[in-house]
Amino acid sequence: MENSVRIKVGLASCGIAAGGLDVLEKVEAFLKEHDVKAQLEHTGCIGMCYAEVLMEIEDDEFGSTMYGYLNAVDIEDILTAHLIEKKPLTEHIVVSDKFGGKEKEILDYQTRIVLRNCGVINPESIDEYIERGGYEALQKVIKDMSPVDVIDEIKESGLRGRGGAGFPTGLKWQFAYNNYADKKYVICNADEGDPGAFMDRSVLEGDPHEVLEGMLIAAYAIGSDTGFIYCRAEYPLAVKRLRIAIEKAKEKGFIGKNILGSDFDFDLTVYEGAGAFVCGEETALMKSIEGKRGMPTLRPPYPAESGLWGKPTNINNVETYSNVAWIIRNGAKKYADFGTEKSKGTKVFALTGKIKNGGLVEVPMGMTLRDVIYKVGGGIIDNRKFKAVQLGGPSGGCIPESLLDTPVDYDSLTKTGAIMGSGGMVVMDDTTCMVDMARFFLNFTQDESCGKCTFCRIGTKRMLEILNRITQGKGEKGDIEKLEDLSKKIIKGSLCGLGQTAPNPVLTTIKYFRDEYEAHINDKTCPAGACKDLVKYEILEDKCIGCGACKRACLVDAISGEKKEVHTINQDICIKCGACMTACKFDAVIKS
Amino acid sequence: MVESDFDKIDVVLREFEGRKGALIPILQNTQAQLGFLSKEALEYISEKTKIPVSEIYGVATFYTQFRLHPIGKNIIRICHGTACHVANAPKISEALYEELKVEPGGTTKDLKFTVEEVACLGCCSLAPVIMVNDKAYGRLTPDKIKDILAQY
Repeated sequence: MENSVRIKVGLASCGIAAGGLDVLEKVEAFLKEHDVKAQLEHTGCIGMCYAEVLMEIEDDEFGSTMYGYLNAVDIEDILTAHLIEKKPLTEHIVVSDKFGGKEKEILDYQTRIVLRNCGVINPESIDEYIERGGYEALQKVIKDMSPVDVIDEIKESGLRGRGGAGFPTGLKWQFAYNNYADKKYVICNADEGDPGAFMDRSVLEGDPHEVLEGMLIAAYAIGSDTGFIYCRAEYPLAVKRLRIAIEKAKEKGFIGKNILGSDFDFDLTVYEGAGAFVCGEETALMKSIEGKRGMPTLRPPYPAESGLWGKPTNINNVETYSNVAWIIRNGAKKYADFGTEKSKGTKVFALTGKIKNGGLVEVPMGMTLRDVIYKVGGGIIDNRKFKAVQLGGPSGGCIPESLLDTPVDYDSLTKTGAIMGSGGMVVMDDTTCMVDMARFFLNFTQDESCGKCTFCRIGTKRMLEILNRITQGKGEKGDIEKLEDLSKKIIKGSLCGLGQTAPNPVLTTIKYFRDEYEAHINDKTCPAGACKDLVKYEILEDKCIGCGACKRACLVDAISGEKKEVHTINQDICIKCGACMTACKFDAVIKS
Repeated sequence: MVESDFDKIDVVLREFEGRKGALIPILQNTQAQLGFLSKEALEYISEKTKIPVSEIYGVATFYTQFRLHPIGKNIIRICHGTACHVANAPKISEALYEELKVEPGGTTKDLKFTVEEVACLGCCSLAPVIMVNDKAYGRLTPDKIKDILAQY
């Protein structure tokens, strides 16, 4: 009986950051001390990041039981109850075959294609991937399908690029296939740079073989023998697991010469980025692999014609490749059952911000934003008022409450002025200032602009200066119009996606939250109370009991007052960090 | 640079010998060995690879990962991704700068800490997050900063 116990601890970056390694250590110690025989494994991210650290126990009595919100100190009690007394502590259970669990509903709303193995298998074990149907699709294409069959199948599935622009994947492959050359390349864009997005990281850390298999199939289809995975250097764990996966795939003969006895050869290298957001743009990315400054070039020629070192190149992002093996295995028709007429399949989102269940979710295309946020995401933290949801990071836009019933598909989202983007979804409540949000993204894009196009280089800088002024209470009449004018020119005058989309966060916030801009400019107030220069912290005389908690919390000694007497804040010293407000237990500190 | 530093660069160069477009990994590995890319190191790489030093300097200054100045013993990376920004990351930065008396991107006088602001560490659900060397600290408030720094 005891032999069939499997314990899995979630050890993706977020799990480790939440203390996953401490939990692992405790579990190891427990098993040793009580002489319990169990297989202890690491796994990737199941997506419930808000509930980290997560631990799953699989056994005959209870099936699968997932414990969440764990601390190392809880482990002893949980394991004793589960494994020895056989009476699991239900208050720690998040999802379970036998006990339901408070989070089961959230998983039931989702459709997992890309994330089907994430958090389920050990990402460093190729056997576990194969056990769940891995590399079957590769065998199928090599044995039974011609490159044209593969391309047709992908076309029929309706798969579109998941990096943001939504270009039909099958068509892209077709272009690369049509171009004859002595050498062709396949690249996986894993330079996930949008702040607030971690879909690709989780897939690479949780199921690297799925990405490799997708790339192998693409290489077979277009006739390429060399591939690169361009992964950002900020993802050390993803890089490590990819390298392990490639080694294991080589040992099994899935990568290398004469793959599965055919005349198909493929070699794959992981290339670490060096920290430049613009390298997520495909032409810049290829320049970077060539060892140069990552600056975009004019398209056409498209990479399918002249890409890496001037050779035909197919480039897709991580999530796109992750769909491929599933499509080949289950058929294009089955894939096309999910989604809407023009957007097929599922989309992975990184749900963050003021949302209860932040994490990674995969939903069928066509689900409304409202359902993603309220049903899958559990609604807003502290049940505050929803204000906007930001999609597509610095290239995207903010969508207000009135458009929450917009379905999640490429075309509907583009109509709102936002974009599908790569999958970052940041939820904001009434304490988030929309002007500050626009400023935040502009600050990012102007910093990351490579400097090649004048409008992108200088235009974003000027826009940022205007936004800085507005949030400091120095806005002037006509600023909004200036921002709109500059936006139009930057969109027109930029070569690549970075510049062409950089004004989106500003344009959408002006479109839907113009009143907030006007409040900052005309009344010099920040309705959300977020812009530091427009708020002031004060202590209410009738509520302050003189406990001194705020004084102790103050980092700059701006608060004075004797014990049991009313305290005051010296506004000249105050840095408006808000520590006093958090420290006060009597609601005596207010922000105005 | 001391003699052994040149040897370290030689080892790196040997690893990438003959590989097309290997400049970025060469710089990455050199930095990993030496901590930062000094003028001497860049000139030495240029001499050995026959890539003009102007081009190497261009690449080294284009990517944020490369550092041309010595850094502190511990690197603190403050996440300023969207989720962290919404969760008040600017207040975490202020508390850190206040505590360490440094400017953004700066190094403390005792060379103990270098503070960098980064775009996204990818632990959005734990926002706001900072990373000291390889260890991430999540769900921070400004008052926790002192205790974290004290561990180093």
